[in-house]
Parts: sequence; C-alpha cells; structure tokens
Amino acid sequence: MIMPAGWEAVIGLEVHCQLSTQSKIFSGSAIAYGAEPNTQASPIDLGMPGMLPVLNVDAVKKAVTFGLSVSAKIAARSVFARKHYFYPDLPKGYQISQYELPIVYEGLLDIELDDGSVKRIGITRAHLEEDAGKSVHEGFQKSSGIDLNRAGTPLIEIVSEPDLRTAQEAVAYLKKLHQLVVYLGICDGNMQEGSFRCDANVSVRKIGAPKFGTRTETKNVNSFRYVEKAIEYEIERQIEVIEAGGSIRQETRLFNPDTGETKAMRSKEDANDYRYFPDPDLLPVVCTDEYIDAIRASLPELPEAKRARFVTAFGLSDYDAKTLTSSRELAAYYEAVVAASGAEPKLCANWVATDLLGALNKMSKGIEESPISAEAFAALLKRIADKTINGKIAKDVFEAMVAGEGTADEIIQAKGLVQVTDESAIIAAIDDVIAKNPQQVADYRAGRDKLYGFFVGQAMKATQGKANPDALNRLLKERLAG
Amino acid sequence: MSLSPEQVRQVAQLARLQLNPEQVEPYARQLSNIMEMVDRLSSADTAHVSPMAHPLDMVQRLRPDLVSETDRRDDYQAIAPETQDGLYLVPKVIE
Amino acid sequence: MHKHSIAELAAGLRDKKFSSRELTEAYLKRIAAHDGALNSYVTVTPERALAQADAADAVIAAGNAGPLTGIPLGQKDIFCTKGVRTACGSKMLDKFIAPYDATIVEKLDAAGMVMLGKLNMDEFAMGSSNETSFYGPVKNPWDPTRVPGGSSGGSVACVAAGLAPIATATDTGGSIRQPAALTNLTGIKPTYGRVSRYGMIAFASSLDQAGVVARSAEDAAYVMQAMSGFDPKDSTSVDRPVDDLVSGLGQSIKGLTIGLPKEYFADGMAAGVRARVEQAIAELTKLGVNFREISLPNSPLSVPTYYVVAPAEASSNLARFDGVRYGHRAEGAKSLEELYKRSRGEGFGTEVQRRIMVGTYVLSHGYYDAYYLQAQKVRRLIYDDFKRAYADGIDLILGPTTTDVAFKFGQNSDDPVAMYLNDIYTIAANLAGIPAMSLPCGLVDGLPTGFQLMGNFFAEARMLNVAHQYQQVTDFHTQWPTEYAS
Repeated sequence: MIMPAGWEAVIGLEVHCQLSTQSKIFSGSAIAYGAEPNTQASPIDLGMPGMLPVLNVDAVKKAVTFGLSVSAKIAARSVFARKHYFYPDLPKGYQISQYELPIVYEGLLDIELDDGSVKRIGITRAHLEEDAGKSVHEGFQKSSGIDLNRAGTPLIEIVSEPDLRTAQEAVAYLKKLHQLVVYLGICDGNMQEGSFRCDANVSVRKIGAPKFGTRTETKNVNSFRYVEKAIEYEIERQIEVIEAGGSIRQETRLFNPDTGETKAMRSKEDANDYRYFPDPDLLPVVCTDEYIDAIRASLPELPEAKRARFVTAFGLSDYDAKTLTSSRELAAYYEAVVAASGAEPKLCANWVATDLLGALNKMSKGIEESPISAEAFAALLKRIADKTINGKIAKDVFEAMVAGEGTADEIIQAKGLVQVTDESAIIAAIDDVIAKNPQQVADYRAGRDKLYGFFVGQAMKATQGKANPDALNRLLKERLAG
Repeated sequence: MSLSPEQVRQVAQLARLQLNPEQVEPYARQLSNIMEMVDRLSSADTAHVSPMAHPLDMVQRLRPDLVSETDRRDDYQAIAPETQDGLYLVPKVIE
Repeated sequence: MHKHSIAELAAGLRDKKFSSRELTEAYLKRIAAHDGALNSYVTVTPERALAQADAADAVIAAGNAGPLTGIPLGQKDIFCTKGVRTACGSKMLDKFIAPYDATIVEKLDAAGMVMLGKLNMDEFAMGSSNETSFYGPVKNPWDPTRVPGGSSGGSVACVAAGLAPIATATDTGGSIRQPAALTNLTGIKPTYGRVSRYGMIAFASSLDQAGVVARSAEDAAYVMQAMSGFDPKDSTSVDRPVDDLVSGLGQSIKGLTIGLPKEYFADGMAAGVRARVEQAIAELTKLGVNFREISLPNSPLSVPTYYVVAPAEASSNLARFDGVRYGHRAEGAKSLEELYKRSRGEGFGTEVQRRIMVGTYVLSHGYYDAYYLQAQKVRRLIYDDFKRAYADGIDLILGPTTTDVAFKFGQNSDDPVAMYLNDIYTIAANLAGIPAMSLPCGLVDGLPTGFQLMGNFFAEARMLNVAHQYQQVTDFHTQWPTEYAS
C-alpha cells in the first residue's frame, strides 16, 4: 500500500497474550486447548453464585517477567477491577481485569525496520486479566452455543503507545513481541489457537496535524499477515471517508480474513460504559523489591543480548546471529553444537543456519522437532574438524542422518567415507592420473595453469572424494612440478 | 440529583432490566429520593482522603498454579436452562 | 426441649437423655406445626436432617461427640447447599440447586450439626423487613402483624419461635443485628474476613459477613467458633487463629471502658428504646464497666455511603444472573438482548431492581467520582472514626440497634429511603469491617428491643464475653413470645 501524500496513520496495538500456566487465573481449572466444551469450566469459571476468585501465583510471576523484559516499571501495588458488559461468553457479567493500577507500566520495545534502522516503541502498560469464553455459531439454527473452557484463562494485555506509523511497523512490533513472550516461556505464542491475539487501534491525520484523528479498534486479528491487511484496509478506508467529507466514528470493528475488510461490530455498540470499580473479592497485589529482583535474576538471556553475544563471542555475522537467535530453542541448539563439536563456531553456524534449517524447512518442522539432536549434529561437525571427513562428504553424511540412517560415525563407517590422509595413497592416485593424461600434463607444464582444476577433480575422483583436500593440493603441485 | 424517566430507562438498559412502562415513573421517583439522600455525601470534605475499597488492610494471597478441578460438566449443566452437546445455548448471537 | 440452650442440648445428647434423631424429629414437628403461620423456612430438609442426625448419634455413641454434634440448626437460604435448593429469596434462583456447599455449610456439617432446612430472607438479602422475599414475608413471632426485620427474617423468626435452636445469618448493613433486636435474639456479625464468604451468595462483597442469631451469647459463641476461620478459597478470608470464644465467656468485665457515641444517642431513637438501652448501660455499670462519651463524627454519613457502596457492588454481583447457565430464563426470547432483559426483569423483584439501578447509575460514566469514589472516601472517614476511638482506650462501643420496635407490614414498603433509615445504627460496622452484635434489653409495649455492641477488629471474644456477662445478670433474652413459649 502506498500512503496517499500528506497523510499519516497513527497505530497502537493491544496484544492479548495467554499465559502458559497450568491452571486458570482465578480457579483450579485446566486450560488445555481443544478440550470438549465446558469440561474445563468450574463453578468459579461459570460465574455461579457465591464463587470467589483466588489469584494464581504463576500468572503474577509471568506478568512481572514480561514487564522486566521490556524495561517496564513493576507496580508495587496493583489492583484488579471489574469491567462490566453483558455477553454470553462473559459468565459473571464482568471481566476481572486491571484498570487504574496495572501490574506493568511504562516499558519499551525496540523494533528493527526494513531499512535496518531501529525504532523505539513505548509500551504503555501490561495488565493481568481473565480471558472470556467462546461462542460457537456453526451447527445451530436459531441459537449460539457457549463454551466456557477458555473463560478465566490468564492473559496479559500489552498496550502500546500510538507510536507506530505503518502497517509494516505494526507487524515488526508484533513479531518482536511474539518472539519475546515465547522466549520468556510465558506464552506458547500459538496464534491459530488464540494464545497471542491483537487488536489494532488505527487513526489517520494530515501530516502536521496537532491532534490524533478519531480511532477505530479492529478486534482479534489472529495472524501477522491479517494485522497488516486489516491496518492497511482501515487506513485506506478512513482516508477515503475523510476525503469524501465524512468523519470517522469511534467504534469497534471486526476484520474479515475472507474479504480483507473490516466491519463495525453491532454487538459492542453500547458496551462503552464499562463501570469499572475495584473488585471487592480481590485485594491489592503487592510486588516487593525482593520479589522483583528474584524474577529479574532468573530472566533468560533476551534475543537482543544473545544476538550481540553471538557476534562477539562466536565471531558470527549479524545476519547469522539474528537467524540463530530467532528462537530460544534454535539458539540453544546452536550453542550445544558448538560446545559438543569443538568445531569452529563459524562453521557450526553455517551448518546449522543453512543445512539444518534448510532441511527442517523442507520438512516443515521446527528446531524442537529436528530429527538430528544437537549432540548428533555435533558429532558430524567433529568429524569435519578432526579431518575424518571433508566438507563435501559431510553433506552426504548429513543427508543420510536426516534420512535416519544412523549417527555420523556409523554412516562414515558403513559407507567407508573416512578421509584419505595417507599420503602414499594420495600420491598413488595422483601418479595414476598423471600417467593416464600425458597430454594434459604436458600442456600444464607448458603454462596452461587452468588445467590444475582438472587434475584436482580427477585425483579426488580417484579417491572417491575422500582425499584430504590440503594434502591432495600440496602433493599434486609437487608431482606436477615434476 | 433526580433521575428522569428517560434516565431510568437508560440505566435499566445498561443493567439489562426489562421494565414495564408503568414501572418507570415510580422508579424515577424512588431513585430520585435515594439519590437525594445520597447527595449528602458531597458535604464531606474528602480532599485529602484516600478511597477505601476494603475494610481489610491485607494484600492478595496467591494460589499455587495447580489444576484442582475435575470435569463435572454434567453436574453443572443439570441446572442449566438449555444446553446441547455440552454447550450452553442462547438465542443466536449476530456479529 | 425447644427452650434448651446449646450447652444443655449437648449435655442431653451426651447423657443419652435424647438422641439427635429425637431432637431433630421434635424440631421438624414444631416446624410442621408452626411454620405455616411464620413462613420462616423456605425449604425444610427432613431426609437430609435425619440422615445427619443418625450420623451424629453414631458419633455420640462412639464417644467422639464435639460440642455441636447432633444439634439442629437452620441455614439462611443465602448459603449454597449441595443438592438442596438455594434460592436466596429470589424467583431468579427458585430452581437453583447448588452443585457445591458453602464453606460454612461444610464446617457446620463437619461439626456434626443437623441442618433442618433453609431459611427465608429478603431477596438477595436486600431489605430490612423480609417483605422483599419471593417466598412471601416472614411473620414476627412476637406479633404476626409486624415484620421480623431483615434481611435475616427467617433466621430470627425460626429461632425466636423455637423452630431451631440457632440459625446462621448474614449481615451486610445490619441484616443480623436489626432482626435480632426486633425478635429478642442475640445476633453477631463478626469482623469482616473472619468467616468465609465462599458459597455465600454475594450481595455487597466488601460488606457481607456471615454470623448467627441465637438465644444467648453463649449459644452464639459455640456456633461462631465452628464457623470462623481461614479459608483459602476466599481471598478476603483472614489467616489468623480463631480465639477461643466459648472459654472466653467467663471473664470479669470489671474495668472495661465502653464508648457511647453521642451521635447514636441524639434524636431519632424512640423513647421506649432509649429507656431500654439506658437500662442496659446501667446493668453493665453495675458489673464494673466504665462508660465514656465518644464521638463518631462521620456516622451521619453512614447511610448515604452505604447506599452507594452496597448497590454498586450488588449491581455488579448480580450481573451474573442472566438466564444462561442457571437460574430463571425468560420463555421464548428471540434475541440475546431480550433474553437478558426479560430474564432479569422477571427474575428480580422491585427492591433488587432498584438497587441494581442505583448501583449501575453510581458506577456509570460521569457519576463515578461524585458518588462511588466519594463514598469510598467517606467510608475511610467512618473507619478512621472507629480506629481513633479504639486507639483512645475504648474497649467496645455501645449504642441502640434500631430506632424503634418492629414496624407493621407495609409501613415502609413504598418509601425506600424510610426503609433504608432502619439501618442507621448498624451500617457503620459493616463499612468499617468491625465486629458487632445486638442483644435483647427488654420489651416496649410487649415488643422486643435490643442494643448493640461494636468491637475492635477481631474482638469477638471480648464482645461475646461482655454480652454473656450481661446475660448472666439479666433475663431479657430468656423471654419468649407467648404463642411459642410452650
């Protein structure tokens, strides 16, 4: 999309991130995805009379973990409030959320733009809240079915400042956030299952206008691509409306992935008087400095720090470092390979980033499903490092390993791929090549240097590719020199 | 503060209460009387008073993250007005 | 048998003078004979009761009886009872059979008590006369043309008439103390957080607290002991050991200082009530109690504060009743909106609707600061008044419970504000969270009156001891309404 001249968009994102706890935020129900309807809904989740919420310790810890990872402030005292609206997926008639005093506030996230520049995006707040249930519309004539398994699943809602200006920036922010919460182990990041959902607040204004335009909120856009499309659609729509002399209504809209359009939601029309007040069933959540420090001390290394370390400690290019730190599992795999193989970190990086990821990609598998463990992979690279095999043979061994033919050593053994370092064997092969190609030898010796490659190829072929390349080169030059 | 019949209708809508037309006027009168009594609150000087949400000066206790509930859907749905295939039914929700 | 104290009943059971089954049957018989006129029970549970009685008899026979084993009681119908309808005085829950027990139901069952049935109450505990119940008003055993008070009208009527030795009740703004005063009973609302609210249907969560109505402080102490204590299922439950309420009853009260808030003794109290309360002060003086006038300057703001905070919380707590998962559902609703509005319009009575609307209004956009936030601030002022008094050497505070004796049915039913002023002396204790109780101080024109004690946080033992000492030297609490005396 090309932004019409003179206009700019102002975008803020609200991301709902399901916390990967065992049980719900206020009840002891399981939160496993895909269970039979309402089999993970206890009387607390069903909003039955007399039922009371008790807060899950791990939900608090995960929220604080997130806050620390985005350099945010952690509230010494945060308060749960009730947000009221009537909807069948909201059993109590209110959602327990945090309103005036969220647990996390004033954070930031640096995103990398396509041109390589870095933009800092403010995180206004991240608050703890409970998820709602789901309405099922298919399969009923005049009814909708309500499944409350999801009701009460712990969420953090991460609210950005309106610092984003394009759909691409929004996606970059979202991807960065997604990587972060998965890295931290606080969210499984599964967007299809709704573990990571995004609402986009979009407005447009003439460049230089002192105030923001009226914004719309587009709900539950559940993939990076849809976020981009939905925002672009909204920007275009809003500019069109304004340019036609109309004005933008502050409203909630829903993205339709089939049409790529957004549409105003009827059901939310009068839902803007939420009547928030502090939940009298819950008391203030207190985070002491000691508690916060303990969580800080246990934070995993974050993607950016890891990437910088990979560059300095392993001598990798920034590109390779970025690739290898794109997920915590991949980075751990790479580091395990380096440690166990004793091979050059750069060599390991090439092998993991190119060969392994390439193979996994072909199989549509993630690193955690790799058919070759880090230890097994390291054993392969070890054989390159100790010159048992050369790089070319290693590729064949790797293919065989992917095909499940055994460990590197087993394959090398079985196929007789051990590199020939015995100089007499190499000399024999060279002499044989020289003997069989008198014309080429004569030409070479007469000054046709280009023929050297021909001799290397022939000699390698004679050793079935197993000759140590260094030795072969040295000996070949000696013999050709006559 | 007195409430007009229109305000009563708005509040009833927000609270999802179906009022009979003849209830609106008496409710308006009664709610106005109540709000008039409540208006005495404005006489208190609370400029330097922090609001009190709760009588206890305690902090939230935290529950271990354990699954303690088992599936008792049949028990819970035995008292439900209308269910099908384990789902609670409501008139079709139009989005 | 119906006039025995809890201790006497326990002794009778222990000494095999009667079995729990016989005792239970005797009470069931009295209920059958008298409750048609009183309407104190909404649901009588003879089978459950007799099964519990038989189990209690086995425990007694095995020599393992506790102080409450085999003793019957009535449960206010606000406490969820697994397998037994819990209607909370509302059409909304007329068919609601809770799939769980309230913590206090579990605790009293575990103590071996026998539940006779569920007791009538104002709808969702909103009322001071028991006239808002879907199941009809409860009659005052002292005068059937008069209200028993509310919201725990069924609780007091059944105990006052000897249809249960003791009953549970709840108090959000006076719902234990006011009806206790109007029926010559001893009723105690403990410190907020002392008794679990789990399974107790919420009216106003920051004010609700469960307690008992009894025929003496000693009876109350026995059951409060079993009800109280920490519950991990209630975030507002206090994790603190329970004082020994029963063995604390024998102590001298000589030298205690009781504060008399001048605001409670200003105009507004009927002359007869004033005379009775003053007589109670005189009795306590004889026991060596010192009295001192104190001031609770913000107490005149208690009623307006309460009528913001309580409806606000109620409007929220009652949002769950939507006809979807349980409770009343309107027939034939075509849309979701219609389902909500008609289910709630049909399921809730007018007083509940009024309070939902007041609460919705004070929380809504543009009014929150002026009403809800201001009420929360004034609530702090009221709380600070009590803090100051107790810090100033006051052990307990004494005042009237009600302005007058029980009023006639219909007297206040069209004037909510006049009805709300019934709670003028009792509300402050709920706002502050402190324990309070009412105990009988004699009849005015044949109708009971009571006075109120308010304690510092967790001073239940001291409060009950003062009440007990007073009841050792007075016999007001032993008087019975004529019709139910024999």
